[in-house]
Amino acid sequence: MIDLIKQYWQSYLWGSPTHVSGLAMTLWLTVSCCTMGFALALPLSVARAAGPSWIRWPIWLFTFVFRGTPLYIQLLIVYSAIYGLEFVRNTPGFGAFFKDALNCTILAFTVNTCAYTTELLTGAVKATPRGEVEAARSLGLSGISLYLRIVLPSALRRALPAYSNEVILMLHATSLAFTATVPDILKVARDANAEYYLPFPAFGIAALLYACLSVTFISLFRKAEQKWLKHLSTT
Amino acid sequence: MSGYLQQLLVGTGVTIEVATISLLIAFVLGLIGAAAKLSSNRWFALAGSAYTTLIRAVPDLVLMLLLYYSVQNWVNAITDLLDQPQIEIDPFLAGVSVLGFIYGAYFTETIRGAVKAVPRGQLEAGAAFGLNRWQIFSRILFPQMMRFALPGISNNWQVILKATALVSIINLHEVIYAAQAAIKGSSWPGGAQMLFYLSMAALLYLVLTTLSNFVFAYLEKRYAAGFEQLAR
Repeated sequence: MIDLIKQYWQSYLWGSPTHVSGLAMTLWLTVSCCTMGFALALPLSVARAAGPSWIRWPIWLFTFVFRGTPLYIQLLIVYSAIYGLEFVRNTPGFGAFFKDALNCTILAFTVNTCAYTTELLTGAVKATPRGEVEAARSLGLSGISLYLRIVLPSALRRALPAYSNEVILMLHATSLAFTATVPDILKVARDANAEYYLPFPAFGIAALLYACLSVTFISLFRKAEQKWLKHLSTT
Repeated sequence: MSGYLQQLLVGTGVTIEVATISLLIAFVLGLIGAAAKLSSNRWFALAGSAYTTLIRAVPDLVLMLLLYYSVQNWVNAITDLLDQPQIEIDPFLAGVSVLGFIYGAYFTETIRGAVKAVPRGQLEAGAAFGLNRWQIFSRILFPQMMRFALPGISNNWQVILKATALVSIINLHEVIYAAQAAIKGSSWPGGAQMLFYLSMAALLYLVLTTLSNFVFAYLEKRYAAGFEQLAR
């Protein structure tokens, strides 16, 4: 077990500058996918909550499909099926993009978290008290400024606890990345287990690292809630 | 192609079976865990908290691989020690018990919250009428607790259903396994068949999650009998 740790501790944590792996890779997957997913979900949720019906139902369909199917299948489709299509391989830009496992993984994860985030942000936007919107209208705000100054600031606050859940779920979901050969924490654990055949320490270290990441994210979100949801605290 | 359809149907059966049995195990563990967490005994409460905190902090896939390979390793060590032939852990049994054990932690939290939402006065009233503890649990606490727990249970069920996709990683022959087997055995050229088979598997999951949404909507209505006006 000591040998396992000696040989693999660096891979578990960050790998090397040319080959990032382990904790650093998991963190990168989580942060990049959540950031991009959130950025895409923000306009989608406003459109879903307040747009015309021809824009509402395609967004509903998108969230329905991506929330109703396992992420593992979505990843398999993006990683293995799409690159298998001949016209994708022969189109230069596409071919190069889908050949890279990391690109495929980030794409699949981003779209998935975007679907979940769209759904929870839609709920938060829809829950905006009518009075707030009416007050803003009576003060002459409309369109974009109504959303930027009144609806979104309060909706994002309301969505914060649910969004922190989504980020933790996404962190856990990144462990699927190893099935697409991306060297995240779990991939390193499997390599270590394959070499030493010590499953308990190999996967136990991985579990410990994930637990540390979860705790860190939870405490960061708790800080954020203390800051932005101060008006709701009972103490 | 027709062979694949058959395999896919068998896989769907396995998926439903794994999900349902895991749900039952998780629900029972959730009841026990919630009882432990709400217990006035400090050690029970501590054990309950340790269970929910540790399990929920680690991805289900990591726990699945950790438990599957470690337990197999320990079983091998024991059989070697006793000079017995090796025992292969049945993938179905492993998948079901690991999923049940993991989601038991999520059920513990769901049920704990639901139990706390039932007014204490009702339990005291039951005791005042001379009901024993089992009668209070089965006639007063459980039916009302279910009303508060159902949204959480429905959520957990959807997560378990989708998590069954992961058990193909530990060699269980469910929907994804069927799709992958079809891809390997297929004579179609290119990657189109892969897309087709995987999409079929995805569609099956979509049907299952949609159907269960209807079932839970019905159940929620049933357990909310008498509360409909209040809810509105």
